[in-house]
Amino acid sequence: MSGIAVLIPIALLLGLGGLFAFFWSLQSGQYEDLDGASLRILIDDDRPQEDER
Amino acid sequence: MNALASPVAGDTLPETLFSVPGIRCAGCIAKLEDGLPRTPGIVSARVNFTAKRVTLTHLPELQMPALQQAISALGFEAQPLGSALPAEDGRSGDLLRAVAVAGFAAMNIMLLSVSVWSGAEGATRDLFHWLSAGIALPAIAFAGRPFFKSAWNALRHGRTNMDVPISIGVILASALSLFETIVHGPHAYFDGAVMLLFFLLTGRWLDSVMRDRARDGVTALLKHTPAGALVIDTDGRSSWLDVSALEPGMTMLVAAGERLAADGVVAEGQSRIDLALLTGESKPVDVATGDRVHAGTLNLDAPVRIKVLATGEDTVIADIARLMDQAAQSRSRYVRIADRAARLYAPAVHTLAAASFIGWMIAGAGWHQSLLIAVAVLIITCPCALGLAVPAAQIVAAGALMRSGILVKDGSALERLAEADRVLFDKTGTLTLGRPEPVDLSALRPEQKSVALALARSSRHPLSEALRRALEREGVAPSYLTDIREVAGTGVSANFGLKHVALRRPDGVVPEDCLATTLAIDGEVSATILFSDQIRPAAHETVGKLAELGLPATIISGDRAAAVAPVARALGLTAQTGMLPQDKLDTIARLKARGEKVLMVGDGLNDGPALAAGHVSMAPGSASDAGQIAADAIFLGDSLAPVATAIRAARATQKVVRQNFAMAIGYNVVAVPLAIMGLATPLIAALAMSGSSLIVVANALRLRSAAK
Repeated sequence: MSGIAVLIPIALLLGLGGLFAFFWSLQSGQYEDLDGASLRILIDDDRPQEDER
Repeated sequence: MNALASPVAGDTLPETLFSVPGIRCAGCIAKLEDGLPRTPGIVSARVNFTAKRVTLTHLPELQMPALQQAISALGFEAQPLGSALPAEDGRSGDLLRAVAVAGFAAMNIMLLSVSVWSGAEGATRDLFHWLSAGIALPAIAFAGRPFFKSAWNALRHGRTNMDVPISIGVILASALSLFETIVHGPHAYFDGAVMLLFFLLTGRWLDSVMRDRARDGVTALLKHTPAGALVIDTDGRSSWLDVSALEPGMTMLVAAGERLAADGVVAEGQSRIDLALLTGESKPVDVATGDRVHAGTLNLDAPVRIKVLATGEDTVIADIARLMDQAAQSRSRYVRIADRAARLYAPAVHTLAAASFIGWMIAGAGWHQSLLIAVAVLIITCPCALGLAVPAAQIVAAGALMRSGILVKDGSALERLAEADRVLFDKTGTLTLGRPEPVDLSALRPEQKSVALALARSSRHPLSEALRRALEREGVAPSYLTDIREVAGTGVSANFGLKHVALRRPDGVVPEDCLATTLAIDGEVSATILFSDQIRPAAHETVGKLAELGLPATIISGDRAAAVAPVARALGLTAQTGMLPQDKLDTIARLKARGEKVLMVGDGLNDGPALAAGHVSMAPGSASDAGQIAADAIFLGDSLAPVATAIRAARATQKVVRQNFAMAIGYNVVAVPLAIMGLATPLIAALAMSGSSLIVVANALRLRSAAK
């Protein structure tokens, strides 16, 4: 029984953590431009940045 | 500052949104985001690739034309997204949040339920049931709201829909499970209730994603013309005004190739106006000082000054919009297939549940036992597969159609497309391309082609652009010209080596229904290039295919009979000509009264009411904004073939939906007797529910190649 007392809260907290991470990512607009995100990694931005983005 | 920008408060800078359909690759993103801030006044640029939009943050001094100029300087065509942009509703986001909560709750409760099913007893089982209740009740309260709200709305108006049995099932199941938990009972249905919500919410969310995606696609196409006009004040200074800020009495300057933002009279200059979008008339009309012109029409030749007479609500466009609103009301009566099923299904389910409760009461099982069985019946019969069957099939089909260039606005459009048994085509811009195309370029020698391309490239005149497109398609390389000058209304001229070359107004008589330009090169015979509106590629095959599918076609056009006849003959169709928007509406109403389900295909502003009135409607991507907003589906590209493809895909979708319904019913035939007999434990309910949902989704995935 003591195992359960530790494991169940852990399981629930992990699940809740995932849920809040998902909400946060939704809130911060990470799903607004899914196709664009996959293309942005191809942009070569090695050169010095002259403007802040 | 124009009305599109957010108010300038303190140090917040205005943001302006542009639709840039030409964003295709990572390079384009980098080019725009790095290049635009180099323009003085633009602070930052952010590209949304999915929606093909650019958000510019800029200093308030910068006006619309300057911003547009900055984007086109980088080689992209940009359209300002006017205030007409539909408000971003957070519906998808809310649904996704509900899906996430329901999914989280379903997984955790299942974790606890598995141990109960595997034989946990006594205090352990009670603990697990309490934990489940602790997770399930808040999750249901949060994630169930879309269903509860809709069910309450339906009930208040004395109707019933799919959400009524769902809500009753979920609420009864949770209440009874809570009671079971309190009295240390063996079975709790929290897992079933939450899983049901999870599957149904997934269906809802898919449905709403589909609508959003199509809406983004359509918004990217909308030209939002006229978003405004260049207005000249009494001192001769010009400024860009948003269309809502225009007032009668103002003078606006309309460049060649621009659309008019308001009704008015020509105050200065002469030109030709293309009315195709407004009336369907293919031949441009000559206008000079004192002539009336209408908003939405295209100025072809030369810049003109126009004194504004009417704006907004008072324009001819607004009249058409009012007709459109009325026409659209008849369509809102269409009932979606899932709701039609629910009308039969909901009473059946409730009767069944009530009957098993009464039956077991009579059999002497006691109210507790009887209620438990009735709830099991409700949960088992709850239209899980039904709620998922339709949206899953429709989103897969819509995705397939989107990949082949057809944007379907929502699921009901697919259902109505499948039912259509008659097609009406508009002519100008629908069966034809709606823009001038060079009739024959083979008479030109290679050198002439190179010169023509170089001249055409330096002008924005519609004929120049048509010539440029055609020559670039042929792979012609432009010659090197110096001293290029464009005189509005006359043409472009330049020096080619020592020779003077020009692309100018045509010499001699131009045949009826054709536009022309003359290419003159010093010391050579000048060549006249004819332009006419050509029939879309694959038009003939498409009409044939539609007939095979059981959809006979006819033409209804606002154009003159003489202009429609060649097209009608070439396609072997009968035609009604000279139709006003109201006449088109009447034709559709007549066909409707005969019980025919009309697919209206049209593009112009004048087709707007007909598009809204048809049982279902399609518009080409080149259509007017009004046409695209009114149409249920939009096809991209020049070919007409997507019309037949869409019908076939819609019918395939309908077939899969029916199969899914059959499966859902088949599953009920097996599971309901078990439930009525009182043998349906939560374990069986969970298995049956997820099993049937998986099968339904797998069946829907077969539609991935529906648009081939």
